[in-house]
Amino acid sequence: MNLNLKVWRQNDAHAKGKMVDYSISGIDGDMSFLEMLDILNENLINEGKEPVEFDHDCREGICGSCSLQINGEPHGPDKFITTCQLHMRKFKDGDTIVIEPFRATAFPVIKDLVVDRSSFDRIQQAGGYISVNTSGNTVDANAIPVQKEAADTAMDAATCIGCGACVAACKNASAMLFTSAKVSQFALLPQGQVEATERVKNMVRQMDLEGFGNCTNTGACEVECPKGISLENIARMNREYLKANLKG
Amino acid sequence: MSALISSSIARKVVMALSGLFLVLFLAQHFTINLTSVIAPDTFNEWSHFMGYNPLVQYILQPILVAGIIIHFVMGIALEIQNNRSRKIGYVRYNGSANAPWTSRNMIVTGLVVLAFLGLHMYDFWVHEMAYKYLESNPEDPTRYYAETVEKFEPIWRTVIYVIAFVLLAMHLWHGFSSSFQSMGWNNKYSAGLQTFTKIYAIAIPAGFIFIALYHHFNPITH
Ligand code: HEM
Ligand code: SF4
Ligand code: FES
Repeated sequence: MNLNLKVWRQNDAHAKGKMVDYSISGIDGDMSFLEMLDILNENLINEGKEPVEFDHDCREGICGSCSLQINGEPHGPDKFITTCQLHMRKFKDGDTIVIEPFRATAFPVIKDLVVDRSSFDRIQQAGGYISVNTSGNTVDANAIPVQKEAADTAMDAATCIGCGACVAACKNASAMLFTSAKVSQFALLPQGQVEATERVKNMVRQMDLEGFGNCTNTGACEVECPKGISLENIARMNREYLKANLKG
Repeated sequence: MSALISSSIARKVVMALSGLFLVLFLAQHFTINLTSVIAPDTFNEWSHFMGYNPLVQYILQPILVAGIIIHFVMGIALEIQNNRSRKIGYVRYNGSANAPWTSRNMIVTGLVVLAFLGLHMYDFWVHEMAYKYLESNPEDPTRYYAETVEKFEPIWRTVIYVIAFVLLAMHLWHGFSSSFQSMGWNNKYSAGLQTFTKIYAIAIPAGFIFIALYHHFNPITH
């Protein structure tokens, strides 16, 4: 199929970017969205032009780096997938596809479609860990019994790949879904109890410091999340946060 | 403490608590207004009680005014903060693909309700304050019904009331159940709460609209 692309081009973090139009042909429905961009870049290189910079790594939906806003939706029109898992058969011959970087003040553009998501790392570093002795006398994790339901829910939360689609979709660029997934995966487990109070306080404080917006409970994050992280996690984080602050 | 006040979650809880308080108040207000259609004497009696009972006047009324102010000031503050969180917007943003209109436009429906509250306060509250405290008129427990019905004589005011309540319905359609999520309440009862929210959001504003139209089409003949 033949497609018209409108792609955000920006030289560096300080440059003023703009949308640039490209035409591309010979795209097969079985190609992934990233393969389509590979072809675009090969064409650009052959024409002696600078290729479009975009993030990608695993290309199988597990690393969370391929974050693109496609036709106004993070990871494009399909649900429960990342951009690398999006197939070109979702588009029709002659379609115009608008491709932009994820937009948030806390996700500044580095170049073209690549944004800096280290704000997520800093939220994680603020409390997304448990203290385990790993120097020789490691304790077997299975030694502590965990209720099946809690283990399953914690596992669901832990499937968050930190892609940032929740932030990109949210009208407020809120990072509540990401942060709540990272809080929940520990809050639900006995191993997470030791640091529970400080964890939620510190992670929420970091989230606010990074300049993410507030939650209006629109639910856009849950709909666009490739891993189906549930809004229940946000409610759980709110509970944990209130509990932690009432404790002092 | 200051960390708590500036925290996004604490602000959200303030929004939820003030919103829920207003939801409760709305139900109470509706109950009294309904008597103006079915039992004018009861309406006069209750209105007089609300207007002269010291507990209502000096405790509940200030709490209500504070609740409204906290709610809309915080709502506007959050809106400003949220806009700052995406300084450079999308060229194409498909908001309807993942969230309902009502949830994305709480500030729009809220500000319309605020504008309406301005008119509403002028119509009833300023008038009451002037009657009671400035002009020092004597108590008259029978005046409320006629005063209320008279207000709905002009078509423009009736139309404004109807529009405002349609927007309030939209505000509640998202807001009521949303406030429970904000307070961390999301469990097996949440589906039931969703249903109750939809019923409340339609029924109460529709009731207010009915009352306004009823008085407009049934004026007191002099
Ligand atoms: C006076 C004008 C008003 C303004 C400017 C206003 C504004 C807002 C805004 C912006 C929000 C969303 C906040 C957010 O989550 O980001 C909101 C939520 C809400 N509003 Fe209002 N509102 C007003 C009046 C009312 C009234 C009269 C009621 C009820 C009768 C009400 C009930 C609610 C509820 C229940 C919520 C949900 C709180 C939550 O999600 O936690 N609001 N309001
Ligand atoms: S919660 Fe979902 S959308 Fe957000 S970062 Fe994690 S995987 Fe991505
Ligand atoms: S490239 Fe790893 S999730 Fe898409």
